[in-house]
Amino acid sequence: MTPATRFAVAIAALPLVAGAVLPSPAAEIPLNERRSAYEDMSRDNKAMQDDDTSNPGILGVLDGEMLWSTPAGASGKSCADCHGDAKSSMKGVAARHPAFDPVSGRPLDLEQRINLSRQQDQKAPPFAAESKELLALTAYVAMQSRGEPVAPPDDPRLAPFIEIGRALFNARQGQLNLSCAQCHDDNWGKSLAGNVVPQAHPTGYPIYRLEWQSLGSLQRRLRNCMIGMRAEPYAYGALEYVDMELYLMWRARGMKMETPGVRP
Amino acid sequence: MAARTLINVPPKAKRGEVIQIKTLISHVMENGFRHDNMGKPIARDIITTFTCAYNGEKIFEAALYPAISANPFITFYTVATESGTLAFQWTGDNGFSQEATAKITVE
Amino acid sequence: MTDPASRMNTTRRAFLAVAGAALLVRPAKATPASMAAAIRQAVGEAHVKPGRIKLNVPPLVENGNVVAVSVSVESPMTEKDYVKTIHIFTEKNPQPNVISFQLNARAGKAEVQTRIRLADTQTVVAICEMSDGSCWSDKVDVVLTLSACLEDPI
Ligand code: HEC
Ligand code: HEC
Repeated sequence: MTPATRFAVAIAALPLVAGAVLPSPAAEIPLNERRSAYEDMSRDNKAMQDDDTSNPGILGVLDGEMLWSTPAGASGKSCADCHGDAKSSMKGVAARHPAFDPVSGRPLDLEQRINLSRQQDQKAPPFAAESKELLALTAYVAMQSRGEPVAPPDDPRLAPFIEIGRALFNARQGQLNLSCAQCHDDNWGKSLAGNVVPQAHPTGYPIYRLEWQSLGSLQRRLRNCMIGMRAEPYAYGALEYVDMELYLMWRARGMKMETPGVRP
Repeated sequence: MAARTLINVPPKAKRGEVIQIKTLISHVMENGFRHDNMGKPIARDIITTFTCAYNGEKIFEAALYPAISANPFITFYTVATESGTLAFQWTGDNGFSQEATAKITVE
Repeated sequence: MTDPASRMNTTRRAFLAVAGAALLVRPAKATPASMAAAIRQAVGEAHVKPGRIKLNVPPLVENGNVVAVSVSVESPMTEKDYVKTIHIFTEKNPQPNVISFQLNARAGKAEVQTRIRLADTQTVVAICEMSDGSCWSDKVDVVLTLSACLEDPI
């Protein structure tokens, strides 16, 4: 069986997805029933995430720490020259991204925000999506929010984008005609081809995914799910991803940040 | 970026105490059995040996094969004998060589 | 620095090639026979007995790319009686050898940990050689479950 067919077979086995019965619209998970996918991991994988001397994501964080204090661009400045000690200046920053950017009139996710500061303030070329450098800096910045509650900004300008994200999450798409919500709101906790379907909370990003054997962004994770649904994934940086990221953060409001998370 | 290492050695130990040493290094460990999108085999690129010397004397060695996961993680034990330096070295394909050290004070 | 696009393609290709979570596949897999040969190569003609060595691998693995393994050996770890080597082998990876550790009495405790790749549901074997030349083994049957959301399989 190819991965794609195995995925399809596994999905067909999900009771609510198969057959002609149209499931009722996904019900959002009550706030007090939310859980991180961390909870469903094996003891070994939890231990890997918990121990900073064995979590491979920390290697990326250390690269990010080095980049933080390396001068770059026409400004000749490092991130540290302007922002000082990330431990205080970047605390909570990841927990409140995506945030509204008045210039573009849109939400920006943390990667975009870092690249914006890099271009505008540091006067250096932006890092490519999923580049080692961007993941490293994002992981370093996001780790300063570890243990902090996810805190989407209380900004009315974000409201329409949360709604777009929610609509995307609930829309059926791809050859399997599935929505994200069917798995992550309606069928979380069930087993799919040997994996527990998680609730899809973005609390650990960038994550060290064992599947990837590297750090990867939330957009990469969303791409993986879209491909699994046999939908055409958007290009990196697409507005749809940022809106979904915003919705996912809103959906996870109050949950603890765990960057760098480990996931199977 | 150069390979990143993460070494965990207790900074202080009692003489004779058995201490755990944890090591992590960034490396793709390309196993040599994969193909690129043109169907061309991707050459093997792995770390092949890891050694640890305690004040110059080799106390531990490992030979790694392609079945070791990316970003190799190895832990082992040693007896804290005297204050000094633990020197770690990883070598591998394509002339890969990386060193790291950690200090220990033994009382 | 690899270009992210080509890195993605490589990953996609890998999934096409392997149809599974583990990234280790080629036509000729290791067989129990080649594992036996690799064991002979590592420990010579010594008689390998079960016991004294304990291999810890989870019996059910979520992802074959990264499987936490630890091995411990009952030994006083003195100059007279210590563990010289610990080896890990697999039956169905493309190559039977996984890792070989060399220890000496200074270790104090004969226990190692690492993370390994498993291409398939299979048996993992750990063998140690003591300073007196005796060899001991342990084995664990590991079942791989597969990841559902896959990277670019289409
Ligand atoms: C020349 C000074 C300068 C440099 C260099 C610089 N920044 Fe900034 N950065 C700023 C300014 C000014 C802001 C806007 C501050 C604000 O809005 O409160 C900002 C905002 C940010 C934010 C958003 C903070 C928040 O609270 O929402 C992040 C994240 C950030 N920068 C990351 C970085 C990183 C990572 C680097 C290095 C690659 C960097 N910056 C380099 C000046 C700089
Ligand atoms: C067929 C079921 C299914 C559908 C549909 C699906 N996913 Fe997933 N998703 C999964 C599974 C299973 C995992 C966990 C994979 C693993 O652990 O290997 C996952 C993981 C995730 C995660 C990672 C959570 C974490 O803890 O890191 C996020 C975020 C996510 N999905 C979002 C989405 C979004 C957004 C969509 C729609 C575009 C979607 N998923 C569609 C099954 C699905």
